[in-house]
Parts: sequence; structure tokens; C-alpha cells
Amino acid sequence: MAELKIDVESCTGCEACIPTCPFGALSMKDGIAEVDDACTFCGACVDVCPVGAIVLEKEEKAASADMSAYKDVWAFIEHEEGRVSAVSFELLGEGRKLADDLGCRLCGMLFADAGAAPEYAAEAVAHGAEVVYVMESPLLIQYRTDPYARAAVELIRKYKPEIVLFGATVQGRDFAGAVATTLDAGLTADCTGLSIDPETKFLKQTRPAFGGNIMATILDYPQYRPQMATVRPKVFALPPRDPSRTGEIITETLQMTEEEVRTRIVEFIKGEETVNLPDAEIIVSGGRAMGSAENFAVLKELADVLKAAVGASRAAVDAGWIPYKHQVGQTGRTVRPKIYVACGISGSVQHQAGMKTSDVIIAVNKDPDAPIFQIATYGIVGDLFEVVPLLTRELKKHLNR
Amino acid sequence: MRIAVCIKQVPDTADVKINPETNTLIREGVASITNPFDEYALEEALLLREKHGGEVHVVSMGPPQAVEVLKSALAVGADKVHLVSDRAFAGADTLATAYALARTIEHIGGADLILCGKQAIDGDTAQVGPGIATRLGIPQLTYVSKVAELDPEKKTIRVERMLEHGREIVESSLPALLTVVKDINKPRPPSLMGIKRAARTEIPVLTAGDIGADENRIGLKGSPTWVSKIFTPEARSRGGEMLKGDPREAVSTLVDRLMDTKFVK
Repeated sequence: MAELKIDVESCTGCEACIPTCPFGALSMKDGIAEVDDACTFCGACVDVCPVGAIVLEKEEKAASADMSAYKDVWAFIEHEEGRVSAVSFELLGEGRKLADDLGCRLCGMLFADAGAAPEYAAEAVAHGAEVVYVMESPLLIQYRTDPYARAAVELIRKYKPEIVLFGATVQGRDFAGAVATTLDAGLTADCTGLSIDPETKFLKQTRPAFGGNIMATILDYPQYRPQMATVRPKVFALPPRDPSRTGEIITETLQMTEEEVRTRIVEFIKGEETVNLPDAEIIVSGGRAMGSAENFAVLKELADVLKAAVGASRAAVDAGWIPYKHQVGQTGRTVRPKIYVACGISGSVQHQAGMKTSDVIIAVNKDPDAPIFQIATYGIVGDLFEVVPLLTRELKKHLNR
Repeated sequence: MRIAVCIKQVPDTADVKINPETNTLIREGVASITNPFDEYALEEALLLREKHGGEVHVVSMGPPQAVEVLKSALAVGADKVHLVSDRAFAGADTLATAYALARTIEHIGGADLILCGKQAIDGDTAQVGPGIATRLGIPQLTYVSKVAELDPEKKTIRVERMLEHGREIVESSLPALLTVVKDINKPRPPSLMGIKRAARTEIPVLTAGDIGADENRIGLKGSPTWVSKIFTPEARSRGGEMLKGDPREAVSTLVDRLMDTKFVK
């Protein structure tokens, strides 16, 4: 057990440590600092104590198994509606760097039926996979938790990768947790940064927490392998596609019957939007100042010209002007488009958590003090109902639409 | 029908601010709330109880002060609440947390349906729900936006899931675990009677020993991952530009800037 010890003799009660705790685990009691159960042993408080009264004791865990058998970096090759998802290629691009730093192979992990597997595997190879481990079964044509989790567990147990990356998509986030639990392995969610520690060769996984207000770097203890992470889409660059590349395909068959699968897909109803929020390169969002559902037409016109998706703040969704699936922010979707146009959105911390990593942020708001302007690349103080139609018209002219 | 709901106490991140000098979160005065997604899970449990009868048990793991979110659960109408709190749980990552919650649900007698929020707004992992389902050996249905049908006799459930590109209608056997999104319902406010009941209810605390937890599977000891570093993300350094002039001028400048980005095609 690790323990955070506060030396009551040397603690001066200066309270310097209190605000440094990201988890609010420190408080003052009878003039000295005290730690409670919320402590995660991150050590953030240790360095700030001017008198060295805080000591973090971590018991080294004894290595219980030989972990040297775990080799290679794997990327889960996700597919939907007959196409490999772009995030899989992003994983291969980033996985390449990790594999090079470790001096190991970069592999794809693919689940499909015998009909589709060769095409998907070829795409993985073209984007950099040296080996593709394929689990084949008709049960794997369409995503479901049970057969996908079983397939992953069987391949990982048999071939022992050192690192497994999944896209932090609905699929990845649905079954990676089940896989990690079955394997008793670590899993770090929604990573935006990955690197190999040059000394220990361990995977450093960096991710946002507290709605993006802090970043945390997570490590797996050495006796737990593989090190697994889900990786946020659109953070890492797409590697170049080279169809002349060749790779090894290793195929296994999933020993599972339909009766063993506990869920059944009745129907998939495709969204009617032309551009989807998670895929969009450009998003035009409206907030409280939209005032009504009808007024969103102004944004849709701009979105059409820009081939953009329409987003919304929580205020607009809660008012019933636009469905929840359009909501950007902490209780909605996290997006990272090239351009995010925030119209009549004040820019609460929660909204920013869902969009502040966009490449270019444009804010249009009547209130010059709106927090959105602090993170905007370009800001216009004005009435969105005047500015947005003007912008639509000007862009139409420039783009000849 | 026995429904279990897992809820978490989280800081209300609306209030979280960064101290620009020390680059750390200012936690003083930050209110603690029930994780918003868990409120939708609880409301769905209450709606299903109203329709099918049964009991709603609410479970929370956390420090002693997490009792507050369980009081709130009682105030909106939960039948029974259980606080799992023990220093031995400290430092738990999602694997160890899911183990402890699964043990707790078994300890209270299991459930036909377990409801969780899709994720907590502090950690944002979305991993504990699937972890509990796997530990308990029951199917999971994540990102649920609607419970379309539930048949306690036949032990089946049909739900709608919110995916990236549309909606999926899925059927599952019960018992099952659902994680829900915000769209699923509108949580009710607490009732006066509920608040009174919450105030006079003693909430017992379950320890690691009470739930029969294996000490090697809980807290830091049962966690494969650990936080090695915490830091403030780099502020956006692009230096925002306020576009001046009347709307026409400002828009004209903006269009020039946008065309320069090459993102507009």
C-alpha cells in the first residue's frame, strides 16, 4: 500500500499544499494538513511543501510474472458499415513511433468475417501494420460487445502484445473496458498523448481530466501487461497510405456461437445529417443567443456553405431547440474540428471542455466579456443574426457556391 | 425487479478554476455534486420502478462525505442506499473501482438491472460500467438513450444506443448493466417528503471487509495503473485576434483569415 504521510511535527500549517491537490484530498485540521480517502498518491503536494513535511511512500510491487514475453505494439482496426474507421489509421501512425522507440513490430488487431477481412487487413498494412492478427467469424461482421471482447481476449492471451491501442470511439470505449477487466490489465481512457519513457521503456499515457482543466500522465505497473489505452480520435495525424506495402496476416477463428452472444441488434437507424459531429472538419455551433429552434436555420445555411456539421451548447439543447446528439461539451460530445465557429455561445468551462482543442476557434458574441473570446483565434463582437448571414454570403462569393 | 444504480460524487467542474501563479486547480469552495450522468441513471431506475414495480438500490463508493449524494438519491425516491467507504479503497483506478462496486452489488443481493451514467465528469473514463458488467458476468449496454421495452417475466430488455453515426436498437437478456446518456430522461427534483426522509435516514457504511473484497484487488494494490504526473494543459498560445470595425469589415477580415487556413475548401 502506498501512503501519503504528513509529519505533524514539521508541518507549519502554511496551507501551501491544500490548493495543489487536484482531488481535494487535503484539508486543515487543528492547524496541520490532513489527507483523506480521495488521495490518489499522485504526489502533486509533495514538492510544494516548503518544509518537506509531506512524504509519499510507495511500496514497490513485486513482479509476479515474466513480462518479457509481452512484445509488439498493437492497434485495433475498427470498421463500421463496411469501412475501416480513420481512427484506426491514426493509431497505426502513432503506434509506429512507439514501436520504433521500443524496437518492436507494429501490428493490427482485426475482427471480421472471412469475406471482409482481407480488404480491411490490406488497408491496415497500407497504413503501416507489419503484421495483422485477424480473428474471423460471421459473428464479427457487425460490432457487438461479447464477440469482440472474446476475440480480443483470445488474441491478446495467445500473442501477448506489450501495448494495445483502441480508438476512443463508441466501439473502443464499449469493449476495451470489458477486455481489460477480463485480462486484469490496465486501461487508460481517451488519451491525447503517448510516448515511451526512454529509461524504463514503459508507455506514458497522457489524458485530460476534470473537463480538460488538468492533464494526467498515467503509467502501468510493470507486472501488468499489456499496457492498454483508448486514444481520442483526430488527435494524431493520419499516416500516408502506401498500397505497395506488404505485411504478414495471421488468421484465427473465433470459437463462439450465436447462442453465446447475449445481445441482438434489432436495427441500426442512420443519422439523417449530411455531416456528423464526430467526423466534421468544421463545426458551426449555436448557444443560448439562438433564441429558438427556427433560428438554427441561420447556422445551417453557414454550415452548408462550409460543408460543416451543426453543433450546440447545452443551453440550446436544454431549451429544446436542437436534439442532444448535437451537444458539444462536457455532457455532450468532445470534438476537435479544424474550425469551430461558436455563435452566441458564452463559453462555459463545460462547453470549452468539449471543443477547446479545435485548431481554429471563431467566436461571435454580443458580450465582449464572454469567456469564449479568451480561447478564440478570431473574435467578432456583434449580433450573430447580423454577422452570420454576412459571413455566409461572403463565403459563398469566395467559394463560388 | 431489483434495480441497482451506481453514483459518484464529483466536484462541480463549473467552478474549477486554475491558479495562474501555481498552475493548479483551485479547489476551495468547489461544490461537490452527484455526477450529472448518474442522475439520469437514477431517474431511469425510478421510472422503471414506477412501471414495473420493485426496488431501487443506490450504491456509491467514495470518502465519507459521499454520503451527501446518497442523501440526494433518497430525496428523489431511492428505496435503499449503500455507501462503500474505506481507506483501503484509496488510489483505486477503474479496474479496482469496478471490482469493489461489483462486490458491493453482490453483497446487497445482486440486481436484475444495473444502471450507471455513461461516465463521470471528473475522470471521464467511461470504464467502470463495463468493468462492473464483466466482473459480474452480465451483458452491458452502453450509451443508452432510451429503454424501449423491459419484460421482467421473460427477463429481456430492448434499448436504443446513441452511436457516432446513428442509433442502434439492441435486445439483451437480463440481468444486464446499462450506461446512460443525458438524452434519456429529465431527472425529477427532490420531493419535500424525500428530503425529510433523507434527513432522518442513517446511512450505514460498508467497509472492504463487509463486502468481502480481496485486499489484493482493491485500492492502489488492485490497480494496474497509477498517476505519475498531473499538470495544467498549455494555454492556447495563438493569441486571439479581435476583428474590429463594423460587422461588414469584421466579416471581410474573417473570410480572408479563413481562406488563409486552407481548411475551407
